[in-house]
Amino acid sequence: MFDRIRSDFWYELLNSPVTIVSAIIIVLMIIGCTFAPIFAPHTPFDPATISIMDNNMPPAWADGADPRFLLGTDLQGRDVLSAMLYGGRISLLVGIGAVALSVVIGMAVGLLAGYFGGMADAVLMRIAEIQFAFPPILIALLFNGILKASLPADVFAQAAVPIMILAIGLAGWVQFARIVRASTLVQRNQDYVTACHAVGLPTLTIILRHITPNILGPVLVLAMLQIAVAIVTEATLSFLGLGTPLTEPSLGALIQIGSQYLFSGVWWVVIFPGIMLLVMVVAFNLVADWVRDYLNPRLR
Amino acid sequence: MYFLLARVFQATIVMLCVALVGFLVFQFVGDPVLSLVGQETTVEDREALRESLGLNDPILVQYARYVVNAVQGDFGISYSFNRDVSEMIADRLPATVELVLLSGVLSLLLAIPAGIYTGIRRKGGIAQTIMAISVIGVSIPSFLLGILLILVFSVWLNWLPSFGRGDLATMLGVRSSLFTWDGLSHALMPAAVLCLFQLGVILRLIRAEMLEVLRTDYIRFAWARGLPGKRVYFGHALKNTLVPVVTAIGLQLSSLFAFSIITELVFQWPGMGSLLLHAIGQSDIPLLAAYLIFVGLVFTISNLVVDAIYVLIDPRIRHGAL
Repeated sequence: MFDRIRSDFWYELLNSPVTIVSAIIIVLMIIGCTFAPIFAPHTPFDPATISIMDNNMPPAWADGADPRFLLGTDLQGRDVLSAMLYGGRISLLVGIGAVALSVVIGMAVGLLAGYFGGMADAVLMRIAEIQFAFPPILIALLFNGILKASLPADVFAQAAVPIMILAIGLAGWVQFARIVRASTLVQRNQDYVTACHAVGLPTLTIILRHITPNILGPVLVLAMLQIAVAIVTEATLSFLGLGTPLTEPSLGALIQIGSQYLFSGVWWVVIFPGIMLLVMVVAFNLVADWVRDYLNPRLR
Repeated sequence: MYFLLARVFQATIVMLCVALVGFLVFQFVGDPVLSLVGQETTVEDREALRESLGLNDPILVQYARYVVNAVQGDFGISYSFNRDVSEMIADRLPATVELVLLSGVLSLLLAIPAGIYTGIRRKGGIAQTIMAISVIGVSIPSFLLGILLILVFSVWLNWLPSFGRGDLATMLGVRSSLFTWDGLSHALMPAAVLCLFQLGVILRLIRAEMLEVLRTDYIRFAWARGLPGKRVYFGHALKNTLVPVVTAIGLQLSSLFAFSIITELVFQWPGMGSLLLHAIGQSDIPLLAAYLIFVGLVFTISNLVVDAIYVLIDPRIRHGAL
């Protein structure tokens, strides 16, 4: 499905300004966060460049603000905007990484179960069903908790980002496995698969080269939606104090830090990372909605 | 009947698997003997304790013992509180249940009418506004919504309390904070936070189902027969949207429990969620495993109830056609 773009792609896209705006926001956020060291006006987590004298500055348009800090500073004098860019980088990395892991596991399981059927199918899908009964956030939480209990504290803190990707990725594979299995069941009985068998292609080649490209559409939509879910899950775990360490805070951890000073009237430390997180998630959801409608022939 | 029996059988297997996971966590994460004794205990004493706890038995025997104990409500002693785990869960359960119930009822009361309305008048201004709000509702992380509510209603406006459960009162033998004004004012914001996400999900589902059903032939024939809109929408269309909606509500109940963990932390609500977070923080494995099994039980039972409701609302299942 990727070798050619349907001719109505640009027409449909240009008719949906909300999608265009969302897509632009996502691109800007990915660029801004990936190159955070270039774009960020300050280096928020380097003790040499922050000064405690700059603490609790309100945003630039409020009274008593310092124009050097566009969105104000937190209790330790760190620039909120820079912290957001660095934090967004972790959020995006974990979100996209976790979904990539879910896609790999889910596609492997789904193709295996759907193509071969039989025992493999029964066992894999029962496991998937049991896990599906539990909300992903809870699985990620418990998985994270179990790893925390079994690993030494310093290892756990060092490997915080990979552990988050692992926990959230393992919590999310079931949905991919289900839709991949369903699509594979349909594709397996198509004539082109029979033709592949007839010319004697190895099974692995048939699955990877011929079936996989035909089932990518729904996987793509689900992946977009799941990135939003994974970002929220990461933020939630970090907010609960189980995710990224406070020396390297993601957006969720920034909100958690900020929420401790809520009652002292320092609202900007919590509001701006919150807005960024919300805009990021809404943008991913809206683009995914559009892609789903675009790929769904029944809505056309 | 056969359908329900098969589901009960499946549910039992699911619970045994959940118990297996709980047991494995219990078994392989950390050493229970090390958690119980201090540094100065001798190796012989440790071995004796290990033997008396049955940790040297074959693993299947230990699993069987774990399941038998769990069925009787015995999940062992919490490492960090040194108290009976099931007792602690029983202490915390009412607070979580009242929060889950309140938000569940609230979200259904709002989602069903709103979902039907947006399904029928999908191009209207009100429907578009509701849909826009629901996108934010499903996108906003619940902890963020909780913090925003605290900021607005507790810090800026000073209308509602931001933490705790408030006064309790007993009615019909049930002790709950929902029976006092103070308790209700404490429960309002956490319940609203829990409710909004469910609201968005269920509303969007009902709307999508309504749109799907309203395109079908039998609805067109109902219009052709000249039936009034009320009968077409509620008598004909709504009925056929119910099966997927009931499924979703069953699944949502489990996510209500999951999200109550976060809401309870934000509003310092003394329920099971904050207990779980404590257990994770302290690596309190018996408590963790018990929570896992308890939540698994809630999910399994709610799925069973959903299956029973299918039998009631879907004649195809009742007559064995599916």
